[in-house]
Amino acid sequence: MRGVRNREKPLARDSSKQPASAPRHASHPVTGRVLLLIGTRKGAFLLRSDRFRRSWKQSEPILLGHMVHHMMLDPRDRRTLLMAARTGHLGPTVFRSTDFGKTWKEAKKPPAFIKVPEGQSGRVVDHVFWLTPGHATEPNTWYAGTSPQGLFSSDDGGITWEPFSYINDDPQYREWMGTVQDGTPDGPKLHSIILDPRDPTHLYLAMSGGGVHESVDGGKTFTTLMQGLAVVEGFDPTNPTFHDPHCVRLCPGNPDRLFQQNHCGIYRIDRPSNQWLRIGKNMPKTIGDIGFPMVVHPRDPDTAWVFPMDGSTVWPRVSPGGKPAAYITKNAGKSWTRQDKGFPRSNAWWTVKRQAMTADAHEPVGLYLGTTSGEVWASRTGGASWTCVARHLPEIYSVEATDPTK
Amino acid sequence: MTVFIPGPLRSYTGQRNEIEIEGATLAEVLSALDRRYPGLRFRIITEQDTIRAHIRIFVNQDQARDLRVVVGPADQIHIICALSGG
Repeated sequence: MRGVRNREKPLARDSSKQPASAPRHASHPVTGRVLLLIGTRKGAFLLRSDRFRRSWKQSEPILLGHMVHHMMLDPRDRRTLLMAARTGHLGPTVFRSTDFGKTWKEAKKPPAFIKVPEGQSGRVVDHVFWLTPGHATEPNTWYAGTSPQGLFSSDDGGITWEPFSYINDDPQYREWMGTVQDGTPDGPKLHSIILDPRDPTHLYLAMSGGGVHESVDGGKTFTTLMQGLAVVEGFDPTNPTFHDPHCVRLCPGNPDRLFQQNHCGIYRIDRPSNQWLRIGKNMPKTIGDIGFPMVVHPRDPDTAWVFPMDGSTVWPRVSPGGKPAAYITKNAGKSWTRQDKGFPRSNAWWTVKRQAMTADAHEPVGLYLGTTSGEVWASRTGGASWTCVARHLPEIYSVEATDPTK
Repeated sequence: MTVFIPGPLRSYTGQRNEIEIEGATLAEVLSALDRRYPGLRFRIITEQDTIRAHIRIFVNQDQARDLRVVVGPADQIHIICALSGG
């Protein structure tokens, strides 16, 4: 049986601790070019801006034909890119580049569940869905979330992967995860793997379905974090099985605050409280508070963005009324303001997936989103106005904004 | 025996479409193939040693359902990428 890694650091959580090299965006704005990492259903693309973020240059397709669920730049070396990919035929894997996407090498040992004895039914990774670089003090550590729900880590920069923690095979967690038939149409997922920038042993994760979970001992134990979260009417909110967090983000400006876009609303939590507050109730009633992405400001913990979708009747999962818009709060969810300048005024029947909207660390903050119809939209003004910077791409799964300067 | 490699896997084999390899079972053949071309096996065989959903393997004219199939030196093994959507 393969080893299951746990972080062996009995470090008590201490809010005063700061990482050796804090994320650059957590403290002060950056300037210069932005590199967007675009994952699509048919390959990956890079979009490079000029230093004013006005003009953009699109790369040739990378690994054309691969379903690229997520691509991340390592913020610790600002050089290594990891990509979660598969094809229609071939199984899931992770590719790695150390030259900004010019060449890619496959992981020697991609994330995979433990093989069960013959005659038993074991799980199979369908795709690697989510990639999270480890803590600033653990330079080669990465985490991956898969479909069906699985948690994996790498201690060698993404070359080899092992199951992380105990949850993949824990009977209680397996019950909460449900089966493939209980999950989202393209498979149940483990996502939103979040490291507390002050403490590498403090992490959060979310599962669709299966709820939000927290560990304060490096993955040795997890506890649920779901008080205040709604579930679909008629189901038991105390059972994690019925919880469907779509995207959870921690505020770099205040790591005790997290925002969440859930299947059943928009929420905020301020730790150490365990109670989520439904701030989506303050959204316009005609729009509602259903969606997939959740974006937080790189410095101001009161500012966050969502991109609502139509969650009525049969869940069309398009922009409400065919009129796309982001919504911003600047007061931690007490009120929301519509941001639709530049977007089509009507008949735009697309939406944005949970990994496909993000922010850069400039001032004003740049926002970026990729649509299900293959367009990339950008805002240099914190969402006040939007411009289409790429179109005719395949369906976009993920967008990450990075600072490529060393 | 000869293993015929489909287009999506030829990035592993240096674009070779026919590989001569030895083994007494399909499992042994695929292990030998993976030793020569690391990573190839996991793209077509799951961590539970099952053939992936959109992959089919034929030994001569017969479809193999699992990796215990016995093979011989004169056999031809075809790895096929089956229909997987648009």
